[in-house]
Amino acid sequence: MDIKVNKKLGLKERYNLMTRDLAWTPTYQAFKDVYPYMQYEGIKIHDWDKFEDPFRMTMDAYWKYQAEKERKLYAIIDAFTQNNGHLGVTDARYINTLKLFLTGVSPLEYMAHRGFAHVGRAFPGAGPRVACLMQSLDEIRHAQTQIHSMSNYNKHYNGFQNWRHQHDRVWYLSVPKSFFDDAITAGPFEFMIAIGFAFEYVLTNLLFVPFISGAAYNGDMGAMAFGFSAQSDESRHMTLGLEIIKFILEQDPDNLPIVQHWIDKWFWRGYRVLTLVAMMMDYMLPKRVMSWKEAWEIYAEQNGGALFADLARYGVKAPAGLAQACKDKDHLSHQAWNVFYNYAAAAPFHTWAPSEADMKWLSEKYPDTFDKYYRPLWEHYAKEQKEGRRFYNTTLPMLCQTCQIPMFFTEPDDPTKVAYRESDYKGEKYHFCSDGCKNIFDHEPEKYIQSWLPVHQIYQGNCFCPDVDPSKPDFNPLAEVLRWYKITWGEDNLDYADSPDKKNFEQWRVQATGN
Amino acid sequence: MQIDLRTVSITPLRQTFNHIADRLGADKAASRYIEATMDVQANANFHYRPTWDPAHELHDTARTQLVMKDWYALKDPRQLYYGNYTQARARMQETAEADFMFVETRGLTERYDAATRRIALDFYLPLRHVAWGANMNGASMCAYGYGTAITQPCLYAGMDQLGVAQYLSRLGLLLGDQGDLEAAKHAWLESPVWQGLRRLVEDTWVMQDWFELFVAQNVALDGLLFGLAYKEVDAVLTDKAGPTVSMLTRFQAEWFEDAKKWVDAVIKVAAAESADNQALLSRWYTAWRDRAAGALRPVAAIALAQAGQGALERVTAALDARMSKAGLTV
Repeated sequence: MDIKVNKKLGLKERYNLMTRDLAWTPTYQAFKDVYPYMQYEGIKIHDWDKFEDPFRMTMDAYWKYQAEKERKLYAIIDAFTQNNGHLGVTDARYINTLKLFLTGVSPLEYMAHRGFAHVGRAFPGAGPRVACLMQSLDEIRHAQTQIHSMSNYNKHYNGFQNWRHQHDRVWYLSVPKSFFDDAITAGPFEFMIAIGFAFEYVLTNLLFVPFISGAAYNGDMGAMAFGFSAQSDESRHMTLGLEIIKFILEQDPDNLPIVQHWIDKWFWRGYRVLTLVAMMMDYMLPKRVMSWKEAWEIYAEQNGGALFADLARYGVKAPAGLAQACKDKDHLSHQAWNVFYNYAAAAPFHTWAPSEADMKWLSEKYPDTFDKYYRPLWEHYAKEQKEGRRFYNTTLPMLCQTCQIPMFFTEPDDPTKVAYRESDYKGEKYHFCSDGCKNIFDHEPEKYIQSWLPVHQIYQGNCFCPDVDPSKPDFNPLAEVLRWYKITWGEDNLDYADSPDKKNFEQWRVQATGN
Repeated sequence: MQIDLRTVSITPLRQTFNHIADRLGADKAASRYIEATMDVQANANFHYRPTWDPAHELHDTARTQLVMKDWYALKDPRQLYYGNYTQARARMQETAEADFMFVETRGLTERYDAATRRIALDFYLPLRHVAWGANMNGASMCAYGYGTAITQPCLYAGMDQLGVAQYLSRLGLLLGDQGDLEAAKHAWLESPVWQGLRRLVEDTWVMQDWFELFVAQNVALDGLLFGLAYKEVDAVLTDKAGPTVSMLTRFQAEWFEDAKKWVDAVIKVAAAESADNQALLSRWYTAWRDRAAGALRPVAAIALAQAGQGALERVTAALDARMSKAGLTV
């Protein structure tokens, strides 16, 4: 801290003068008009002053520390760029994880920025308001440093160049997008449980950490640098998430059932988004950090278990979906990568069948399931591909109404049977991938019937460029959807083996390391 | 003399992202500000209506009456993104820190004239609450505004105002003590001279149109208040008792010069967009200018007595000149 501590004032007292003491209760305008979103979720707060500030940082200190971090980070990014650092990564397959990150995750960082500005405005308590607004600032930092880190990859590889357009349109990107839209369109308290607690506190170690560790393991100094630079921000965010849930629970016993429902809901919503991370860890990293299953055991089962044991004193129970998620850990990544292998024509990144060495690793990490259920599938695909018949699925999958992932998850106790759930609402039938997603829908059907489901939208004719003419004899709907997605055939999509990325990377590496 | 260091040169496939190239009109290298700002906000296919505002989409141009064909026309001439924003503010805080240190180590506050000290405390300290109100409004414009080009600097300005509130608090603790902060808060809540301004701040908190809020807060209130507090009052206090208070409010004075560049550019582009915008902005501006000037009249008198009226007229004329130059009818 830069502030000279006044002899008469303690740090806490001084910080109070710098934040809470600035606030007052309005009298010219009604409290409910100044803070209009505080009632409708049913959360009862009696005394906002009971919130404990998780970190006491004034703006001058914030600017000073963050500017120093930014200076260091951009120096690394510049050096990495100047030195053609992208050629030092293990293998250009790795770069596909970055495409997934920029199109799927960075836009969420931006939404977090706007979301925390919203709740920072909405909360009447000065302590949480200031903490939320600082997080809003941090989140735009994360979005922007990610864009800047990946800007140089975009210059050399395909699949980054339309991230903005694609995040709002492409089928699997509606999974992370709808997740965050769901949180930010919920009330301010639910947003804090969804993002501040469930996502930042419970699930960050399973999203951010695997990507950044993956970068470190695969020689990507650029992505590693923004990740490491964001670490101290993230720990502030985690602390805020934990403080806010404790604060809400301590304020009134009536808050518990509401919060418990949100924990169940957001654990499941977040876990479904992590499907993309699971396949990234097990299939997309040339040099792997650990398996999804191992990560799940450490971060969800052990750490999450300890967290919920700690929260038990408030009456909070572990999330309802946790048991099923633990059963799924042996299957999740394999099933997900299979779907992306199938739909490699319709995604702006490359997929590939695992090599023999990859499969050896997968067998070791998944002794109970890989050889039994998944190796035969990959061997079949590899054989087909070798004979010139690389399989590309050209049909459209059914999507879950809630999480928007294609319906490929199997029954928790039968990995050979795809799980289907359904609900009837106002004369329409809605489909779900799991009990978790069905429960979320049944609790708030009016919200989830609004989902912008990419496959439904294609069938409704909403995913074509304005100049399309479906009456033409050579009308090819899939090709037209890809044109609307701005996916360039043969460059952005299809198998890694045939990609310009692979060819360029190999050629540039020779150029950079030979004579 | 030039030295020619060589690196392995690889021909890139493209220079920037496609949405940036579309905006630049060609595939050419883009600045960090541009890549970090343009089209960063989602603008299509939102999944759900906000439960807190079902009449609108999550990001919706209809939250203001102002109409723009392209909201990204409202660029920030300072080209601030997070990296250079924090670095610019870090430099300002370093200067401010040095000034606070100088005042403190030289014992300048102990030697400060007692009557002027009373004026400074009475005038400046309640302004920390005005800055707090501005912080709320900055968050609001960021949350409910449209397009990163304008929402991004709105949050920066809101956080700057929190910084202003904190510098004013430190001024109070250095020039006075905690009791002075308490007295100032009491005056803010109870004293008749502050009630017009407090009412104005609370009224801005319930405004529904975020761009009108931009005009009320960033143009009208800040435009008059910062001119009054950090030019007019500052000059008088310096004449009376030397530049001690000037040093302790240097951040605010520099910040205002910086913010003006942005605010004026935004108004200029928005007004030039259409005759309707020009009329709307002019109407908002004159209404909020008059309200702010009225609310500041008794406040100006705290520091300037009868001279307050003339000072307010000068800052109003300066603001009118800025807005007139930006294309408004004042």
